[in-house]
Amino acid sequence: MHEEEVLGKAYDARLMRRLLGYLKPYWLQVVVALGAIIGYSSLQLVQPYLMKIVIDDYITVGSLDGLGRIALLFLLILLGSFGLEYVQTYVMQLTGQRVMSDLRAQIYQHLQRLDLRFYDRNPVGRLMTRVTTDVDALNDLFASGVVTVFGDVFTLAGIMIVLLVMDWRLALVAFSVLPIIVLVTQWFRRHVREWYRTVRILIARINAFLQENITGMATVQLFRREAVNFGRFDEIDREHRDANIASIFYYAVFYPAIEVVGALASALIIWFGGGWVMRGALTIGSLVAFLQYSQRFFRPISDLSEKFNVLQAAMASSERIFKLLDTPVAIQSPARHRPRRPADAGPSTGLRAGPSTLRPFDRLRVVASSVEGREPQGRPEPGRGTTGLRAGRIVFDHVWFSYGAESDHVLRDVSFTVEPGERVGIVGATGAGKTTLINLLLRFYDVSQGRIAIDDVDVRELDLEELRGLFSLVLQDVHLFSGTIASNIRLGNAGISDEDIRRAARAVHADQFIERMAQGYDSAVAERGATLSVGQKQLLSFARALAFDPRILVLDEATSSVDTETEHLIRDALHVLMAGRTSIAIAHRLSTIQDMDKILVLHKGELRESGTHQRLLAARGIYYRLYQLQYKDQEAPADTVIPSVR
Amino acid sequence: MAPAFRALFPYLLRYRRQFGLGLACVVVTTAVSLTSPWVLRYAIDDLKAGVTREKLAVYASLLLGIALVSGVFRFLMRQILVGASRHLEYDLRNDFFAHLERLPLAYFQAHRTGDLMSRATNDLNAVRMMIGPAVMYTTNTGIVFVVALILMLSIDARLTLIALIPLPFVSISVSLFGRAIHRRFERIQAQLSDLSAIAQEALSGVRVVRAYRQEAAELSRFQRANDEYVERNRKLVLLQGFFYPSMALFLGLGALLVLWLGSQEVIRGRITLGQFVAFNSYLAMLSWPMIAFGWVTNLLQRGMASWKRMLQVLSTEPAITDAGATDRLATAASIQGGIEFRNLTFSYPTGSTPALEGVSLRIDPGQTVALVGATGSGKSTLISLLPRLHEPPAGTVFIDGVDVREIPLAVLRGAIGFVPQEPFLFSDTIGENIAFGLRANGAASDSMTLRQAQGGSERSRGTSISGSSRAPSSDDGRAIERAASVARLDKDLPSFPKGYESMVGERGITLSGGQKQRTALARAIVIEPRILILDDALSSVDTYTEEEILSRLRGVMRERTSIIVSHRISTVRDADQILVFGDGRIVERGCHEELIAQDGTYAALYRKQLLEEELATLS
Repeated sequence: MHEEEVLGKAYDARLMRRLLGYLKPYWLQVVVALGAIIGYSSLQLVQPYLMKIVIDDYITVGSLDGLGRIALLFLLILLGSFGLEYVQTYVMQLTGQRVMSDLRAQIYQHLQRLDLRFYDRNPVGRLMTRVTTDVDALNDLFASGVVTVFGDVFTLAGIMIVLLVMDWRLALVAFSVLPIIVLVTQWFRRHVREWYRTVRILIARINAFLQENITGMATVQLFRREAVNFGRFDEIDREHRDANIASIFYYAVFYPAIEVVGALASALIIWFGGGWVMRGALTIGSLVAFLQYSQRFFRPISDLSEKFNVLQAAMASSERIFKLLDTPVAIQSPARHRPRRPADAGPSTGLRAGPSTLRPFDRLRVVASSVEGREPQGRPEPGRGTTGLRAGRIVFDHVWFSYGAESDHVLRDVSFTVEPGERVGIVGATGAGKTTLINLLLRFYDVSQGRIAIDDVDVRELDLEELRGLFSLVLQDVHLFSGTIASNIRLGNAGISDEDIRRAARAVHADQFIERMAQGYDSAVAERGATLSVGQKQLLSFARALAFDPRILVLDEATSSVDTETEHLIRDALHVLMAGRTSIAIAHRLSTIQDMDKILVLHKGELRESGTHQRLLAARGIYYRLYQLQYKDQEAPADTVIPSVR
Repeated sequence: MAPAFRALFPYLLRYRRQFGLGLACVVVTTAVSLTSPWVLRYAIDDLKAGVTREKLAVYASLLLGIALVSGVFRFLMRQILVGASRHLEYDLRNDFFAHLERLPLAYFQAHRTGDLMSRATNDLNAVRMMIGPAVMYTTNTGIVFVVALILMLSIDARLTLIALIPLPFVSISVSLFGRAIHRRFERIQAQLSDLSAIAQEALSGVRVVRAYRQEAAELSRFQRANDEYVERNRKLVLLQGFFYPSMALFLGLGALLVLWLGSQEVIRGRITLGQFVAFNSYLAMLSWPMIAFGWVTNLLQRGMASWKRMLQVLSTEPAITDAGATDRLATAASIQGGIEFRNLTFSYPTGSTPALEGVSLRIDPGQTVALVGATGSGKSTLISLLPRLHEPPAGTVFIDGVDVREIPLAVLRGAIGFVPQEPFLFSDTIGENIAFGLRANGAASDSMTLRQAQGGSERSRGTSISGSSRAPSSDDGRAIERAASVARLDKDLPSFPKGYESMVGERGITLSGGQKQRTALARAIVIEPRILILDDALSSVDTYTEEEILSRLRGVMRERTSIIVSHRISTVRDADQILVFGDGRIVERGCHEELIAQDGTYAALYRKQLLEEELATLS
């Protein structure tokens, strides 16, 4: 929408080389398409020549003998052209689509690896544009641009050769107009490019203005700015109109000019060729053929200029796509784990050219095959099955962290230990850094200072798969995918059987509402789970966490209030979830918090207090006040329903 | 289609001279260019029979002359017709935007911004293609078709009929293919939106995807949709690939028949060689209209569909207007600021339950009133009814005893300074954002713009719309500074690179939430409103600064009525009246001390905030 989208270069050899690199896996198709287009162009060259033969050898002579053969040949040429053009279109368009598909997958895969800092900076809408709109802008380039330009050039060269062979003197006469064509085309291209950019910038401004004024329409109306803002819109709109009208001039001159030059060529052919015909130095058939060839000569030239715009748009899109693909992945598995996934080798930097262009492909193929290879056998048993790390002792060792500038530390010198099997609650006011702890533990971000270790191994030393495989994460806002209830519990993990799903759902009491649904576990879940209640979504996310059977449960408890019945279900489900595993919870429910072995109190990024509920209450410090603020209202049910703390 | 077309008619009429002239040019250029094969015919016949150099020169220069004349008119044709379509596009876009400006807030809440924008850009473009290029090519095509056919018939009627045998096949295949291609194209679009949905879902749920190590699974899910997308494209290409080659094949068959039978005619002496060549040229000229026919129909269909989508917006009657206005309060200066809500019950058109129920409230001129209550309890709805952002039922909302529906919008809104919950700033300088309301409709410096807006008349560029509104007068400058100082934006000024001239937003400085709110506050103060409304407008400002702002506001607002919505007790405790909202009703009312004494919702909120403050001050 903004100027970033406009200011791409018209043509960039490095970008082009990198783009063409994507054709390499399809070299066979490209060769076929090129062959077809060369064949097609050649056949196109034959038609006027047939005309010459008909005129010179039959009409002038007055003989009909063998005219049938010529007609048959013509028919064969027609059929041949038909076949070749079809093959060319089909193969090339399909290849274009395949390349787009590869590119889309590559972008998507890269997005799956980029860290959360990147997502903080780039709104999802913008990323979506890269995956869809920008890739589609490239489609024209592959589908029509690359190969047909080649065909056009071939046609031009072919006509020149045929003319030279037929009569080199008349050919030179016809070619004498070429310099004019070159000049006119250059002139046209130079101006149109300029105006094209101006118009694109103005369209971006119109869009930005509309976007801003539609979103802020209430403000415009409240401050009675309708007329003034209309005036400003009118100004941009008028500039846009005038720029367009200015560019019409060049188109309006260009096309007739090319035709006039074409007519000039015809006139020259008639004048010189006619003279030679009179002297018997040229046949009438050749003259007619020359006239027809010269007409065919000028069509591709005006086409070439049209394709220039396609090229320009494609360049702008590809620049943005490559910029995304070149964004380095900051958080990855350490080097010694890479042999399992050789694809992860180093972040790509800068624009690539030449052979290295192909690396993205190799990467794509490797991961794609690893997906296939993985699915049948499923993940190794999560939690217990994870090799190497058994206990799951978590240590935060003098951890500092900031999301942006160094000075704004969200966490300051935080140290604590979570023993295997321990249940730890994290409490604190909004902005105290609770969620950040979780983000660091799962390595969504890396610490600024200090270290986080699991069983004495720094999380940065662990393979990402292995690290995250230790946890099940339950977030405040439950994210559901469109699909079924079952697919939302299982996600992509084929190792979880239908029975596992049912067992998990039963354990967290999600089975009650699921079985009430028309199709049970196969009931469709709408986009973002729109048809489910908040409580149901929470239970579903518990079932998901349990089905993955993690070593460590990480929970950001939802604050949203649900009805009492669901409240009970959720509380019981939490007990089931935490049973026998290390649990770390940002706790908002009194029932959860009182149940914890240890409570960590965060205040303004620092760990200020820790201990059990009773001890912290007795200390009358921050926890005591937080408790009164956040949990006290829940007191009534808490006192009556919660069984004694163990 | 007819009524939609009628709505377009006034626009077409506005440029009837251009369209008339342009179409005349199309006729001339097409007619002239059709004569060149005719010249060729005589040239070739003469060459065969024997010719002089002079005659050759005449033919050569005739060919060139024809091209020149036809070229000049072709140039004029494009310049005039495409130019007219650009003018029309400009008019339509302006009218579209002007219409949007008259639609009420509810309309924008019900329609997505992207959708409205696409109507003003993509759809408009399709409409322009319909009235510019499509008209041009339709005329051109029609003339070529008729004239070339007549000329061909005059050369050899039998040959013409034979050459035209494949013609029906062309038309049939155009419409058959066209429909099938359209269907497959729609299936592609559907798949694209599925693909987008998958990506959207995974990208917005990135934490879950990472935590559960679903990257590979998500990739394969995406890849499946991606493959299906390719597959549907393949099906389209399979058909589309046939389209043009088969067109060429049919037309080629015509040429084959002419070559085969026509040459026999020449030999038999029924037509001359020149006529034979000219006939071939005309046949070639006919092939373009055949192909263009399908393309132009497509343009017309898309243009009409797009125009209907634009009309949906253009024909929406603005729901909130001056229709009921009386002259009882004709100027903003005559408003005192007394407000009354009388047994007000209000529901949003989409809501099933009323957002406000039986609210009655009197505010005397100069009073400060605070509204407190949970999110969704009706506070924002209540204040949005005052400036008629939403339309209250008749006889429920009064200013100085006059129903707000009877006060002209300009007067009503001119008397109210509104600071919304999430302030909307424009990508302009900070100074311009504060001065936003000083450049209201009808303000002296912008009378030119106003006239333009109302008349839709066009003026030459540089009538200083930007010039006048961008260089604030020194009076404005002082007013801006005063307002900024009340809003305590002056504290932050040194940190802005160019002071009040610093740009806000994408290409300038990024303001913090608190700075945005204070800018919006200054924007409301600067117009010196009789009634000031703050909708939780200081929520991102720290308590200390808020305290400063409130005390300065008190000085400015002594004579004015204020309504303050807030979650902070510190903000509302000094108000003359405090109203506690719950589920669309006023559940408690009174001053701070009274409410504390009542020991209800307000008192509980107060105790909680004391604790919070205590926590915040702990270091």
